[in-house]
Amino acid sequence: MSSSASTRAAGVAQPAISYKARIRLYQLALLIGLFLFWGITTHYGILPSFFFGEPIPVLQQVFDWFSGTAIYMHLGITLLETLLAFVIGAVLAMIVGLWLGLNDLASAVADPYIKAMNAMPRVILAPIFAVWFGLGIWSKVALGITLVFFIVFFNVYQGVREVSPTLVANARMLGASRKQLIRSVYLPSATSWVFSSLHTSVGMAFVGAVVGEYLGSARGMGYLIHQAEGVFDINTVLAGILVLTIFALILDGLVTLVESKLHGWRPVADHSGH
Amino acid sequence: MPAVVKDHLSLVRSQQGAASSAVSLKSITCSFSTPKGGTYTAVKDICLDVGEAEFVSVVGPTGCGKSTILNSIAGLLQPTSGTVEVFGKPLQGINRDAGYMFQADALMPWRTAYDNVVAGLQFRGTEPEEMKHLGHQWLDRVGLGRFADRYPHQMSGGMRKRVAMAQMLILNPKIILMDEPFSALDVQTRQLMENELLALWSANRRSAVFITHDLEEAIAMSDRVVVLSAGPASHIMAEFEITLSRPRDVAEIRMTPEFLDLHHQIWATMRDEVMKGYQQSQQG
Ligand SMILES: Nc1ncnc2c1ncn2[C@@H]1O[C@H](COP(=O)(O)OP(=O)(O)O)[C@@H](O)[C@H]1O
Ligand SMILES: [Mg+2]
Repeated sequence: MSSSASTRAAGVAQPAISYKARIRLYQLALLIGLFLFWGITTHYGILPSFFFGEPIPVLQQVFDWFSGTAIYMHLGITLLETLLAFVIGAVLAMIVGLWLGLNDLASAVADPYIKAMNAMPRVILAPIFAVWFGLGIWSKVALGITLVFFIVFFNVYQGVREVSPTLVANARMLGASRKQLIRSVYLPSATSWVFSSLHTSVGMAFVGAVVGEYLGSARGMGYLIHQAEGVFDINTVLAGILVLTIFALILDGLVTLVESKLHGWRPVADHSGH
Repeated sequence: MPAVVKDHLSLVRSQQGAASSAVSLKSITCSFSTPKGGTYTAVKDICLDVGEAEFVSVVGPTGCGKSTILNSIAGLLQPTSGTVEVFGKPLQGINRDAGYMFQADALMPWRTAYDNVVAGLQFRGTEPEEMKHLGHQWLDRVGLGRFADRYPHQMSGGMRKRVAMAQMLILNPKIILMDEPFSALDVQTRQLMENELLALWSANRRSAVFITHDLEEAIAMSDRVVVLSAGPASHIMAEFEITLSRPRDVAEIRMTPEFLDLHHQIWATMRDEVMKGYQQSQQG
């Protein structure tokens, strides 16, 4: 996205900074325009404010939340569930992906099961997890894991399968044992594929956490939204969605940061997951 | 006359010198199954001896089976029939006496130049102190002392080849196998690398099998040039002893009358095969 924008900027032969500034300006204008449109249409009753809320009370609610303390606890819970789901899901997927990637027979046997589990709409497992793990964080973590697992798994599997044969042959000629081959060739290669899907998988862990909370819990952002919905408080629902969106953007930004820190060996703008 | 032209079947030395050869291919044949279900014989009945401290080049048209032969010597490929002997013993599995420099990039992209160079020492469990010493020594030797922390994508093609060379030579292999190692480089870089390789090789003479499709490169580098016929079922057509004196400068030696004379002779043998290979590739 940004790379195509900068090539276009180069084509116009303008200093890139003013082009970027212009984009930011338009983006801001668009945001203000949308809020204005929303505010005016609901204020004059063109759209019913009962269903669409109103911007001022929504922003007021966000402000009230962050002046208090409860919101930090809810956000903290959601973040904790997201992180646990991502880490556990990714590690499990790495292990299974490596094992199946290196084992033709096992992967042939497992193939239809993996296809079936991947095709299944896994959000539907949330009530089952609630029964198994209760209403605490672990039922949300479990849901997040099922979502994260398959994204990372397919990437690791692909990563192992597509390791350059020359790289493997070279390591063998240098004296690598099978264990060393896995550690120093297959694992790093698979890890690089995990990184390329980092944005998607962290996003999925977040979805799992929020949806899980929404479907049954006593804490977290999904719970807040569900509570407000129960009493038809549309402004609070929208405030919750706004906070979640901003939160997701920050999370995505953090992933980009981590990515650039850990990825010194890879040229920028390599294959990325989106 | 600098060259002795020999028919490879009557090569007496290889029969007598079996005990002193580093590598001995005893009539190896390599076949592959094709996607259509048939078999494709890449090379057939190859007999080749590489003496200790001898630099042998194998030339032949593209696709004739040069890499296949080298992979059999490396133990990466099991010949369909025939045996590979290394220092008089039949080879089983990977050839532990050999270092291999691949045609394609084979450096680990997630390791720096230094970490790539010491990879083999790590696999062998060398002491950290010694590893550090040798690693930096070899980086210096290939002129990359200042680039120890660079990742492969931050290096030029020539620098990556230098790292690959150090990565192989640091293990001090008794046999050096190289598969068109410099074919992707521009002419200047290439001659530079050829000279560096010759210098490193001369400092510590090992047996070397050097694959190339470039006849000039083969003559400039080697003690002996082996010419393969076009595939399928390619065989050794002729061998030429290269008696040009060492040390050599690969750029300068190309101008000498002895070199031109050799080139003329070998090319006369190769020309028909190259044309045959070219026509096959046109049809295929
Ligand atoms: N693993 C393989 N499976 C099938 N065919 C192969 C395989 N390796 C090589 N060949 C075939 O064998 C022939 C010789 O290949 P190769 O040794 O790579 O040639 P060269 O290195 O001389 O260019 C080619 O026709 C190639 O298609
Ligand atoms: Mg080849």
